[in-house]
Amino acid sequence: MHRKYSLSHLQELEAESIHIIREVAAEFENPVMLYSIGKDSSVMVRLAQKAFAPGKIPFPLMHIDSKWKFREMILFRDQFCRTHEIDLIIHYNEDGYKEGVSPFTHGSKVHTDVMKTQALLQGLDKYGFDAAFGGARRDEEKSRAKERIFSFRDSFHQWDPKNQRPELWSVYNTRVKKGESIRVFPISNWTELDVWQYLRLEKIPIVPLYYAAEREVVDRDGNLILVDDDRMPLNAGEKVQKKMVRFRTLGCYPLTGAIESEADTIEKIVEEMMVVTKSERTTRVIDFDQEGSMEQKKREGYF
Amino acid sequence: MDIKDFLDQDEQKDLLRFLTAGSVDDGKSTLIGRLLYDSKLIYEDQLAALARDSKRVGSVGGEIDYALLLDGLKAEREQGITIDVAYRYFSTSKRKFIIADTPGHEQYTRNMVTGASTANLAVILADARTGIITQTRRHSFLISLLGIKHIILAVNKMDLVDYDQQVFDDICQEYGEFVTRLKIPDLHFIPLSALKGDNVVEKSAKMPWYTGQPLLEILESIYITSDRNFIDFRFPVQYVQRPDADFRGFSGQVAAGVVRAGDEIMVLPSLKKSRVKNITTFDGNLDCAFPPESVTLTLEDEIDISRGDMLVHPNNLPRTDQTFEAMLVWMDEKPMDISTAFFLKHTTQTTRARIDKVRYQTDVNTLRKIDTEELALNEIARVTITASRPLFFDPYMKNRNTGSFILIDPVTNFTSAVGMIIDRISSDDLKKPVTTELESVPEKTEKMRSSSLVSLAEWEQLLGQKGEIIEIKDGTLEEKRKKAQIMQRELFEQGKISIIIDDITPGEELVALLNRHGIIVILLRVP
Repeated sequence: MHRKYSLSHLQELEAESIHIIREVAAEFENPVMLYSIGKDSSVMVRLAQKAFAPGKIPFPLMHIDSKWKFREMILFRDQFCRTHEIDLIIHYNEDGYKEGVSPFTHGSKVHTDVMKTQALLQGLDKYGFDAAFGGARRDEEKSRAKERIFSFRDSFHQWDPKNQRPELWSVYNTRVKKGESIRVFPISNWTELDVWQYLRLEKIPIVPLYYAAEREVVDRDGNLILVDDDRMPLNAGEKVQKKMVRFRTLGCYPLTGAIESEADTIEKIVEEMMVVTKSERTTRVIDFDQEGSMEQKKREGYF
Repeated sequence: MDIKDFLDQDEQKDLLRFLTAGSVDDGKSTLIGRLLYDSKLIYEDQLAALARDSKRVGSVGGEIDYALLLDGLKAEREQGITIDVAYRYFSTSKRKFIIADTPGHEQYTRNMVTGASTANLAVILADARTGIITQTRRHSFLISLLGIKHIILAVNKMDLVDYDQQVFDDICQEYGEFVTRLKIPDLHFIPLSALKGDNVVEKSAKMPWYTGQPLLEILESIYITSDRNFIDFRFPVQYVQRPDADFRGFSGQVAAGVVRAGDEIMVLPSLKKSRVKNITTFDGNLDCAFPPESVTLTLEDEIDISRGDMLVHPNNLPRTDQTFEAMLVWMDEKPMDISTAFFLKHTTQTTRARIDKVRYQTDVNTLRKIDTEELALNEIARVTITASRPLFFDPYMKNRNTGSFILIDPVTNFTSAVGMIIDRISSDDLKKPVTTELESVPEKTEKMRSSSLVSLAEWEQLLGQKGEIIEIKDGTLEEKRKKAQIMQRELFEQGKISIIIDDITPGEELVALLNRHGIIVILLRVP
């Protein structure tokens, strides 16, 4: 069969991502892929499977468990990794967990710092990873639009946005000294819509929370928060309501708002996205803490 | 059309990467903002935040200041300039676009070069009131240097010159004369007003004399597939897959040309030949592969191939040389130091390299050649480079992937410079070879031997040791390695300098050379 010598945008993005993933496997001693269980991670893992087929992914996945993820995410994670024989490391901040750090008692800022950022840094240090893949995309947020695909971190895991290494063509500078590392974002150039189209095209399984269903939620400061377990305290005047909702992004359940939606298939989700008027991260409570807050978190080591 | 059909069709759109050049004053941010806005890529919450920020810190008197939307980093918002490259994404029903939004000021030349490295097309903005200025020339030069084949000169702010055709024609003529000095195969001119939306998405009624397409239409329809090189097959081996004893595949991204199952191929540098058995992917075998596909090739014969090797067709070889000339852009705050032994990364191989000579520097504003021996941040020069082992390359203008490289500072690990290979060098320019990597030395040994003014006795006196060759013979490779490491440690404790030679079959010459310099050589012969 004759193929025409051009690729669709998804095929071109896929080829670029596979190249990036292989480059890391070839040049680093001890890479890890951070796995957040979300849709972007699902795409990234599929790309890694493609990069090393017919072999297996030659590095582990690591999930940073904040202990406040949706229950369905954890179920999905365990089943997915079992089915695909994926080498998964689960890490959480033991001290933070013992001290009972939670978004309800300590606020989103402290919770995110202790149970996500600190936990991530602990995990990276514990295993001595010199490269860590993340599923961040440049279209998500302003400061991410400028981050390199191979993003250098000093030995304190800090990002210096003013002193980034130049990155040209697809020739990536992977050199680091002991203790330093590189965060690698293989789907930097994908948009939210690309991710959904790819999920559909490749029939990649995702956590069911992305699809609309009737769920028990509480309206809190304009965010629809899912009552995922009995750790969720109800404030005075708050009522649990049943609503048709779905999630555009997944994180810690107390910090992730649902949107009202009837979209229970990928096609309906994409259709909804094409007319959507709010950006993805509006459902993330943590982005609104302070001005330039994502840039600040990234400097401190957050993805 | 239902959503499934729509998606099936939408998923087939191709991708255009373009660069916007010009300063905030030229209305670049306004133009990008308008493209995003008109293709509905700015969300309500972003627009609301933008309106809020525009009132607070905006520079256009309360109107929507698109620059605030685009300039992501805090420092930029404070200083009101675009410092770094930012990537923007939008799509229309015809195409998906990635915009590299780059700063205009001269001190950000490196950022512009970065943005241009992956772009197929450049939109250069000129202000209708000022016409072609130094900056326009500089941007055009950089764009041609980076091998972009399509330029759109957008003459902006036509509303401020009463949409006057004469103004536009004069600017086009002046620019046309200027670019004949550069290599730009495809050039377009558009009069527009980004602020008012004239000729951005829709054809403007204000300029009936303009018979061409509006900007977005050109972006949607310009043909870019033929910009890729489908002739000269180049496959830099990126990763060797060996999941089990039966499968041995060579993974990589096709850098140029087309490869088919059954093709005869040659491996560089070993010059061994074989045939492509299968082109494998996760989704099954392909009968051919072309750029920029990432695939895995299996071969009919078992030959030794590793990362950094290149597979090519035997009747179409790249140049193979240790010394070559290149246009170099200095990217580092730290100026060039000619004595540095850089790491050079080219396709999938990294080697040591040295800058032998700066032939001349090009003034980015006037394109004049300047005699110099030094290079600092943002400066561009034609240089001669010698690598410690041969590279397989093509001229950059023929092949971006095999003609580009980066130089990495061995101390800071910063990407100090980026280069585009221009041509082969004449032999009279050859300086002495770089000797930091061992494998390069054998073929040049004769030269080294005759040129050394230090005798063995002097070396031995300096180092306080006698040169020796110790060969470890017994045991498996793993055991031999262990022994060698222990031996080296012990020698080190005694203050002796030694070198372990592992994994390569060392030339007798090399071993003898090291020995003549008073070095203790611990040898592991790979069976």
